[in-house]
Amino acid sequence: MIEITGLTKSFGGAKVLAGIDLSIAPGERIVIIGPSGTGKSTLLRCLNFLDRPEAGTIRVGDMTVDAGGASKAEILALRRRTAFVFQNYALFANKTARQNITEALVTVQKKPRAEAEARADAILREIGLAEKAGSYPAALSGGQQQRVGIGRAMALDAELMLFDEPTSALDPEWVGEVLDLMRRVAQERQTMLIVTHEMQFAREIADRVIFMEGGRIVEQGPPAQIFDAPRDARTRDFLRRVG
Amino acid sequence: MRALDIDYMLGLVPVLLGYVPLTLAMAAAAMVLALVLASLMAVERVVKIPVLDSFVKLFISFFRGTPLLVQLFLFYYGLPQVVSALSQINGVTAAIMGLTLHFSAYMAESIRAAILGVDRSQWEASQAVGMTQGQMMARIVLPQAARVAAPTLVNYFIDMIKGTSLAFTLGVTEMMGATQKEAAGSFLYFEAFLVVAVLYWIIVEALSLVQRGVETRLGKAFAR
Repeated sequence: MIEITGLTKSFGGAKVLAGIDLSIAPGERIVIIGPSGTGKSTLLRCLNFLDRPEAGTIRVGDMTVDAGGASKAEILALRRRTAFVFQNYALFANKTARQNITEALVTVQKKPRAEAEARADAILREIGLAEKAGSYPAALSGGQQQRVGIGRAMALDAELMLFDEPTSALDPEWVGEVLDLMRRVAQERQTMLIVTHEMQFAREIADRVIFMEGGRIVEQGPPAQIFDAPRDARTRDFLRRVG
Repeated sequence: MRALDIDYMLGLVPVLLGYVPLTLAMAAAAMVLALVLASLMAVERVVKIPVLDSFVKLFISFFRGTPLLVQLFLFYYGLPQVVSALSQINGVTAAIMGLTLHFSAYMAESIRAAILGVDRSQWEASQAVGMTQGQMMARIVLPQAARVAAPTLVNYFIDMIKGTSLAFTLGVTEMMGATQKEAAGSFLYFEAFLVVAVLYWIIVEALSLVQRGVETRLGKAFAR
């Protein structure tokens, strides 16, 4: 169970998150939609302290972190319970596809190298990149890099996987393969919090869709309700604009 | 204008070659020590540890701001007068110490710039998988910074090899010191210093080959 209460964040005086409350059940797949600049990515980045929230609490399982006064150790512990998929992939440029997956298993989780490598090889097969195991990110297409990015996140066995617009930086030809992989992750009932502009995908895999605007959660509910019968005018406006 | 004494020059080559190992050993020792010291200072300058930061800034400022020869004299002739523990310091040690401190100041700035040049996403990805700051630096950031800094660092190594010639002013008989002695005996100064100049030149050129190898190796992750 993940419980977020009263999470706030501002950049240079502008409130980007104006008090977010959200609880996420184990295995729940949540998609966050909304206009650009409404704090969707910031919410994700605050959950693992890539951006430091100002106030509020984040509870993951038995651990509660007070955003305002979080210690280094708490931040580290929180990060080790979450996994993050970046819009720009952010693969380790000096590591091969396989090393990108084993790196945190060995360095952070202290798993034996052989075990980490076996896990990486299994994941590389799952993401369809077994033959690219020894390739460096610079030699991979955008779609392949993002699949490795997701594979790296999968390997962590995190309680919560955060996806920050994972297909937004991709050429259209690679979007499909990345969404396919995310569907497979979703089928394994991994707890996911996804920011995306792929509405069809959201409708398909989400247990719950959250519409955010102006740093607040405006409306949330099952995809059928949000997409077919939105209650709030702002949600209707947004959906009409993105068609 | 007189003719060059070619026989003398050819005879001098094997004599001076005997001192190449000492020159290279001094440069290599100073390089390894300077790399370690410079990396530590560079990381400190990036993460900024309160009191230490001022000290590192002062260190870099001093060792970049004063001539190497002055620093060498300070260590070898000056320090033993005020610090009795250093009264036994020999010329080779003093030269290695001087070269290390002097060049580490320059190298720290190059490495710092290279660290700051590593893409933000690499830092964030390291943090997101739960690495500590030390793990992030050692595993992800420094290896990528090394690639950027390598050409500059090899240049400093070249400078260091040439810098070892100053050790002769501390009474060390290395390549330069040996040449000086030979020339003083034969009075063939032009021939003697020409031979030693060419020897330094060949060493540096050979090193440029190594440099290309290192750069290819460090760049292999980035080749398309």
